[in-house]
Amino acid sequence: MLSPIYPNEARGNRRIGAVTSVRRIPIDSVSIGDERDLYTLPSVTETMRLHEYQAKELFADAGIPVPDSQRATSSDEVLTAVEDIGYPAAIKAQVHVGGRGKAGGIKIAGDKQEAKAYAEEILGMEIKGYTVNSVLVEASVDFENELYIGITMDRSSGKPVAMVSTEGGVDIESVAAETPDAIAREHIDPVFGLHPYQARRAVYDAGVPSDVASDVAHILSTLYTQYESADASEIEINPVMITTDRDVVAADAVMNIDEDALFRQPELASMEDTAAGDDLEIKADEYGFDYVRLDGDVGIIGNGAGLVMTTLDLVDYYGGSPANFLDIGGGAKAERVANALDMVFTDDNVDAIVFNIFGGITRGDEVATGINEALEKFDTIPKDVVVRLAGTNAEEGMEILNTDRVEVEATLEDAVEQAVINAQEVHQ
Amino acid sequence: MSIFVDDETRVVVQGITGGEGKFHTSEMITYGTNVVAGAVPGRGGDEINGVPVYNTVDAAVRTEDANAAVVFVPPRFASDAIFEALDADLELVVAITEGIPTQDMTKVHQRLSEVDTRLIGPNCPGIITPGQTKLGILPGNIFEPGSVGLVSRSGTLTYQVVSNLTDRDIGQTTAIGIGGDPIVGTSFIDTLDAFESDPHTEAVVMCGEIGGEDEEQAAAFITEQMDTPVAGFIAGRTAPPGKRMGHAGAIVSGSGTGTAESKINALTDADVPVGNTPDEVAEYIESFL
Repeated sequence: MLSPIYPNEARGNRRIGAVTSVRRIPIDSVSIGDERDLYTLPSVTETMRLHEYQAKELFADAGIPVPDSQRATSSDEVLTAVEDIGYPAAIKAQVHVGGRGKAGGIKIAGDKQEAKAYAEEILGMEIKGYTVNSVLVEASVDFENELYIGITMDRSSGKPVAMVSTEGGVDIESVAAETPDAIAREHIDPVFGLHPYQARRAVYDAGVPSDVASDVAHILSTLYTQYESADASEIEINPVMITTDRDVVAADAVMNIDEDALFRQPELASMEDTAAGDDLEIKADEYGFDYVRLDGDVGIIGNGAGLVMTTLDLVDYYGGSPANFLDIGGGAKAERVANALDMVFTDDNVDAIVFNIFGGITRGDEVATGINEALEKFDTIPKDVVVRLAGTNAEEGMEILNTDRVEVEATLEDAVEQAVINAQEVHQ
Repeated sequence: MSIFVDDETRVVVQGITGGEGKFHTSEMITYGTNVVAGAVPGRGGDEINGVPVYNTVDAAVRTEDANAAVVFVPPRFASDAIFEALDADLELVVAITEGIPTQDMTKVHQRLSEVDTRLIGPNCPGIITPGQTKLGILPGNIFEPGSVGLVSRSGTLTYQVVSNLTDRDIGQTTAIGIGGDPIVGTSFIDTLDAFESDPHTEAVVMCGEIGGEDEEQAAAFITEQMDTPVAGFIAGRTAPPGKRMGHAGAIVSGSGTGTAESKINALTDADVPVGNTPDEVAEYIESFL
């Protein structure tokens, strides 16, 4: 079988534990225009995503075989690369967003003309709001089988788990859902690491052809070493291709790093593509907010993940639609509060804002001062703000708060309901 | 009565000389917590808020007879601090620190299976038995002694629900934030089990959120093992798949696990009413009492 493209790539970059839709696609029918809309997430809290080309460089350095490839940032570079690599070659957009295949971000060039055309088309294109700044030019591989191997954290056991399946090239979550027995799993003792016998057992249990079993087991062991030494949260090769020459090659690479561990991973930290987000997400990153952009029109600011999520849910419950998740964290001072409000004011999708604080270590007086500061910059308040202050120093906060310029509600429920009404009034 | 902590609990604060550690030690003492020692390497012999500081947890425990520790140590040193506390034969360790690398926590988790010490957290607000003691950063003034147990993965959501309870004159036996990280020391089930055994806890509030399967497992436990009535709340109904909602653990995966819907269904099947709003939860609890 000749692979014109790595099948899962046509469906975009994905990772375990985070896929919006699962639909099994026969490998033969895979095309670039695949309908799958896989999630991936830009600048997610707590996880730093590496681009495919970066992960592949790390894999190659560790001794995992990868296809010939070169990263290119201009169509000239693409042409130089493709001359080295040969035709047909895949030109793959390097963006932190799912569904890049579907969006036209992956093409197969059969000759120079195509390579030039596709390079010009893909470089600079926007995929879901993210500009493609570079592509990976990669050799096609003639393959007979596709495997999945990956390592992730199993929350219920508190241990990393290694997974191997011969159902590679498709989304592992759909395999897990439809034929769970097709995935061999080995829980890993974090103190001892993945024992070689465990790697072998996983590979044999999964039914990997015996002539390549030891090669695959070796890749799995190397992958765990990478997982551990890089403080990865997920690491995945899907597919591992068994070529017609019975070689084993990593045709894809997903590697996400635990953001909490970046302090001891300076080299990986420097690989972060900080431009890979939309403006508000980049800004939120600078301010150190936990921020997620959503589709609605009610802006939400609060303290503490659980309470902010609850505020989002209540907006929905009262018939509105949340525009974002913004957690200012614990113990925020006035400046941080003002930054949060500034940020949400600049979001064009937001028609009304609810600011909900239940102070534990966050103090109501700091919050009120911050809100006043943010509002002072405007003659007319750009969007209605409803404030609810409770907990530590809430009374002091209420004395400070400029209540001529914001609405105040005593309970969470009332504050949310009012913000939803305010947003609806903007529409009318 | 209470679970895990009471006015007999003797606390050593790890990281007592840091900003957070110092401030919350003073808050804990004001609340009535027996803070008997601090532990900070190189600061042995100092005194913070009248509390003697030791270089090691071991020395603090031996000298002051502590049986619990609260960890306010920065993330990069926090797992070492937890290991040190686990090595000192304490009954309870409460880790407040947010942002501990996950792979550090997998090693801590492994160690927990070898010792008798209970770990609460990390990335949690701590535990409070109103009127007796608090270990952590929860604002004491919103709690009232009473007969309702509360367990939550989130700090501020705990405060919200407690204020809804207190507004209805419903007090608490013990309230626990178990933490928002993927790997934590104490689960919902551990806590529900303890509440079930506590004769003074007449009803329990369980506040979950998206991510993982702890709530589903807790629902099965409630069906099989509990007579005490439970009311629930699940945060994150509107969270789209793949987006982490602040907490590292709060993420809906693609295979349908971790969704609010799955948790709400599991709880409903276990005859646990789930509130649409925090106040509805308080209303359910009121109906139980």
